[in-house]
Amino acid sequence: MENPIAHLNKAFDNRIRLGIMSALAVNEQVSYNELKELIEVTDGNLASHLKTLEELGFVKVQKGFVGRKTNTTYSATKAGEKAFKIHIDALEKMIRALE
Amino acid sequence: MYSSKENLEALHDIRKIMSQSSRFIGLSGLSGIAAGICALAGAVVAHYEIETFRSFYENGQPEKLRMVLLYVAIGTLVAALLSAWFFTYQKTVNNGGKVWTANMRRLLWSLAIPLVAGGIFLLRMVYLGYDGMIAPACLIFYGLALMNASKYTFSEVGNLGVYEIVLGLIGLFVPGYGLYFWTIGFGVLHIVYGGIMWNKYDKKD
Repeated sequence: MENPIAHLNKAFDNRIRLGIMSALAVNEQVSYNELKELIEVTDGNLASHLKTLEELGFVKVQKGFVGRKTNTTYSATKAGEKAFKIHIDALEKMIRALE
Repeated sequence: MYSSKENLEALHDIRKIMSQSSRFIGLSGLSGIAAGICALAGAVVAHYEIETFRSFYENGQPEKLRMVLLYVAIGTLVAALLSAWFFTYQKTVNNGGKVWTANMRRLLWSLAIPLVAGGIFLLRMVYLGYDGMIAPACLIFYGLALMNASKYTFSEVGNLGVYEIVLGLIGLFVPGYGLYFWTIGFGVLHIVYGGIMWNKYDKKD
């Protein structure tokens, strides 16, 4: 049998990156502030993990304005959705295997 | 690195964030209280109108009372919606969030479909002369709408919906007390639940 660990994605072994992908998996778009609230994380930390996911091609950024304030929203790319699904399936298989 | 405990925690985090992020959490308890106060005011007006037009109603001219009560109902609904919207808008904007999000749209749709169906049903009942069914049917359809919408916001909204439905069903079998049931359901229960939600989610310590 193939080892499910092989399907775990290194990109998601971090709690913050996992949180970002979870939020983007169920919402078309999530703003930076909403992500910050949901994941309970500091600005610098969130920005750097978002950058990592963006560089991997898992997350897209849309920059906009609400009045004079910048409003940056994020959404998952097709590749991001696929990678996240494979990761969750692998997690699930590993837990099943232990039961 | 990949221990089962960590995997479980990861799945737990994923689930939590998925459910939180797909709900509209800007709903303010004050919105419920404001809507309840509008309903109480509307009920008082309706009570006096019923007294004023009772003789017409009993002498085979029910149309006058029906029209007056329809206007009172529309006025109450508009006031309740505007005041509820005001507090929710204010809370969301103060917390730096956006009001018009995908969750808000889902929430409004899930409320609107049972309410519009109920509204058409009620108009037809009034047309056919089943006046005694109006208040119970309002409560039942509103309760169903709340239960439907609760998956996109706080779970308390669903609990409130259950109580509205129960109250409406009891009201079906207690003819002549429609306005009292309506007042408890739309006035008192809104204020109680608005208070519970304000205490749980909005209160600043």
